[in-house]
Amino acid sequence: MTNPISDPTAYVDQAAALIGLPIPSEYHQSVVENFERIAAIAQLVLEFPLPEETEIAPVFEPASRTVTSL
Amino acid sequence: MPTPISDMPHYPDATSIAQSVQNQETSAKSVVAAALAGIAEKNPKLNCFTTVLAEQAMADADALDQTIAQGQAPGPLAGVPFGVKDLFDIAGVTTLAGSKINADRPPATQDATLVTRLKQAGAILVGAQNMDEYAYGFVTENSHYGPSRNPHDPTRITGGSSGGSVAAVAAGMVPLSLGSDTNGSIRVPSAFCGIFGLKPTYGRLSRARTYPFVGSLDHLGPFARSVRDIALIFDILQGPDPDDPVCTTRPPQPCLPELAKGIDGLRIAVAADYFAKNAEPEVFEAVETVVRALGVEQRVTIPEAHRARAAAFIITASEGSHLHLADLRSRPQDFDFATRDRFLAGALIPTGWYLQAQKFRHWYRDRVQELFEMVDIILAPTVPCVAPPIGEQKLVLDGVEMLLRPNIGLFAQPLSFIGLPIINVPVQRSGQLPLGVQVIAAPYNEALALRVAAYLEATGVVSAPVPE
Repeated sequence: MTNPISDPTAYVDQAAALIGLPIPSEYHQSVVENFERIAAIAQLVLEFPLPEETEIAPVFEPASRTVTSL
Repeated sequence: MPTPISDMPHYPDATSIAQSVQNQETSAKSVVAAALAGIAEKNPKLNCFTTVLAEQAMADADALDQTIAQGQAPGPLAGVPFGVKDLFDIAGVTTLAGSKINADRPPATQDATLVTRLKQAGAILVGAQNMDEYAYGFVTENSHYGPSRNPHDPTRITGGSSGGSVAAVAAGMVPLSLGSDTNGSIRVPSAFCGIFGLKPTYGRLSRARTYPFVGSLDHLGPFARSVRDIALIFDILQGPDPDDPVCTTRPPQPCLPELAKGIDGLRIAVAADYFAKNAEPEVFEAVETVVRALGVEQRVTIPEAHRARAAAFIITASEGSHLHLADLRSRPQDFDFATRDRFLAGALIPTGWYLQAQKFRHWYRDRVQELFEMVDIILAPTVPCVAPPIGEQKLVLDGVEMLLRPNIGLFAQPLSFIGLPIINVPVQRSGQLPLGVQVIAAPYNEALALRVAAYLEATGVVSAPVPE
């Protein structure tokens, strides 16, 4: 199982900076480890071929059920 | 198919309590006072309740008794004390969801829909129950409010995240609780603590006014010590609710009248492959006990279950983290250390991973739907081991050491991922800790799963006695 992100530490630092999420230094190592775990698990999903027409779930409903006039 | 009351001399189920109150053999006040006394005695040791609403519960019981005295029908759950996982809104109480952060919020102004429905049926709310912070865990070792403890062995975990709700029922403090299940949080603790827990079809029960975890996967459901209680409660809880956009508009499917039908004509299979490895031998012995009792010979493979679990993991981490992003930015130190770093990491998941997981969910749903054209019920283990000791970090399965916390739910996660209705049936083992088996049906077929559970209960194969 290959990891889809080659340098998890660099990814965590750059992605966190991009979305403005400070990672305090005392949690940094554990966050990287957790991200590595997520990335390894994600690979199982990413490597699996799906038909192009597969919709994402759940289905979006264009009208709220609380709006009775639509 | 009633549970013989003689099996539970000290701890009647909700149905028995309601009948006694309806027949005026006992008063709601005396039932609720006894429950509050039981909580006062056991809760300091087991840490199930984070809030006890003693005064309000006694006032509600008094009001119910007056209703009965006036000759009015008191409802099918008359006088039954119940608790709810601390993510259900209770009017006048701040919904903590196991967190320190949400303690800063104002009290809820209105009860959750399911709390309202139980109260309208005559049940009496006695308190809110402990959980993993924001429901992100399988252990209920909450660093803010302490661990809940397993009534079968208080040195061991209850499982989670609905640990307080389950242990309160298992210990006989209340006959009924409500909890939530995103990846296994109803089924896992039910197995560890040896009670019945129903995770209905995704969208079957309203989630209105409960604190969310992962909107795509969150379910609510009941815990009890008899199958007839589960059916009675589930029937009361069903029904559409415009306040939850996911709640189904399908008509309710009453389950209680179905229980006596037994298992004749049901095509039952046991899950092979993924669900037949990576667990202690005693887990498969418990499954075999149920398989033999039902005369099951067919085995089926749920395809790509390991990927389903992975996809559930990605959706959970992504949606859960997004929900808490503002607090993760401003006050990460106030999170439980057990959830904080997972949330921080989950906030960084690329969109493409999330979308692929959601697409996979549709593909996998269609494959499992094909299986349910051939069978009505699938059996699978609920947990890979008995309840581990509190504080345990590692688990050895099939000779491989792995992290305990993420792997407790390996049999539960691939099934909630596509919203299948499942009841955990508790297998009691003399002198040993209980285990559980998942009885899984096709979407909206809760009644079939409950029929199987009722048959197993009536034949003595599964039960939920309170440990002495």
